[in-house]
Amino acid sequence: MKLLTLNFLTCARKTCKSSPAAFPLHPRDAELEQVETEMNPVFLRNILPRLEWEAMRSITTELGLPSLPAETPDPGALLENDGNGDGEDAGSAGPSQIARDLHALLMETCIASGKLVCGNCGHEYAVKEGIANFLLPSHMV
Amino acid sequence: MLPTPSTSHVNYDRIYEPAEDSYLLLDTLALSTETKFLQDRFAPATASPLVLEVGTGSGVLLAFVTAHAEILFGRADITTIGTDVNPFACGATAETVRVAVTEQAKAGKNPGHFCDCINGDLSTALRHGSVDVLIFNPPYVPTETLPEARSNQEPLDGPASQAAFERDSHLLALSYAGGADGMETTNRLLDQLPDVLKDVLKRICEGLGGWNAEVVGTSGQKAGWERLCILRIWRP
Repeated sequence: MKLLTLNFLTCARKTCKSSPAAFPLHPRDAELEQVETEMNPVFLRNILPRLEWEAMRSITTELGLPSLPAETPDPGALLENDGNGDGEDAGSAGPSQIARDLHALLMETCIASGKLVCGNCGHEYAVKEGIANFLLPSHMV
Repeated sequence: MLPTPSTSHVNYDRIYEPAEDSYLLLDTLALSTETKFLQDRFAPATASPLVLEVGTGSGVLLAFVTAHAEILFGRADITTIGTDVNPFACGATAETVRVAVTEQAKAGKNPGHFCDCINGDLSTALRHGSVDVLIFNPPYVPTETLPEARSNQEPLDGPASQAAFERDSHLLALSYAGGADGMETTNRLLDQLPDVLKDVLKRICEGLGGWNAEVVGTSGQKAGWERLCILRIWRP
């Protein structure tokens, strides 16, 4: 399960839907893996406004990963600054280190196994082989 | 004609095999009326739209949308996510998407961005207001009872056994059984729609109220009892 997915997931129980503590889910006992994927700078720029930045920061901290910057980066910060004197034309500016780090974190870092815990009711959703189980027994729906 | 993603790796003993209804939905999505709707609604350089498919099955539809995002949405930077009550479908979906996306990349095209397929019920795992487009081909066959999705599905791989056969039959039943009038699961999803879909625009036309619905694809005259319809339901 990609870390980006956690940006969209919440506790599945009806009673938790109105509780802010139900998002984000808290990873626990997580085994991580890196899965290489092609970076798309346009996608990174346009996914930024969709990210619940504080939530994603807390997830990276809980996973013991390098923390995200305190605030959402400016879209401009995703491009390499061409003032590094190597003569690169501004029009072909590549992705910056921030962009590469964000891509590695959101799109390539995956939870292979572990649990996702609701901060409101404490229910634990299991992740096995990268697939999260959000099915609830009928009495918990 | 956009190529249909390959699902040759999928085990149809326990995962719904793409059929007429699946292909009608694929064909309808590719119609110029529908791509125009999507492209007008999700203009490029705006935030990446999140597309959720509920009940992905083999993943053929989600893979189609992800792979052909540039044609359907006029932009490659869409985010796709799926759910299915069948854990085997989740694994199959991820593989179908991976194959389709790899093929697109090899052909020098830009596919969309697939997140994951979650083993869950309808849209319950998704945060309120997070989804822009929800696609659902529901179990619609009228059945006396609605089978229940079981939360403790231990994969029982290995030689065929009675238990494994029963589990597989149950999983297939979940994919087609719609309960009373074939509508029970569809009705449950319609109840979830207003919460899960995003209120993207400040509603300057608030006075219009309500949602719109239109039949945008049908299977036309058919022998047999099934007549298939694709509905587009949207909030103005």
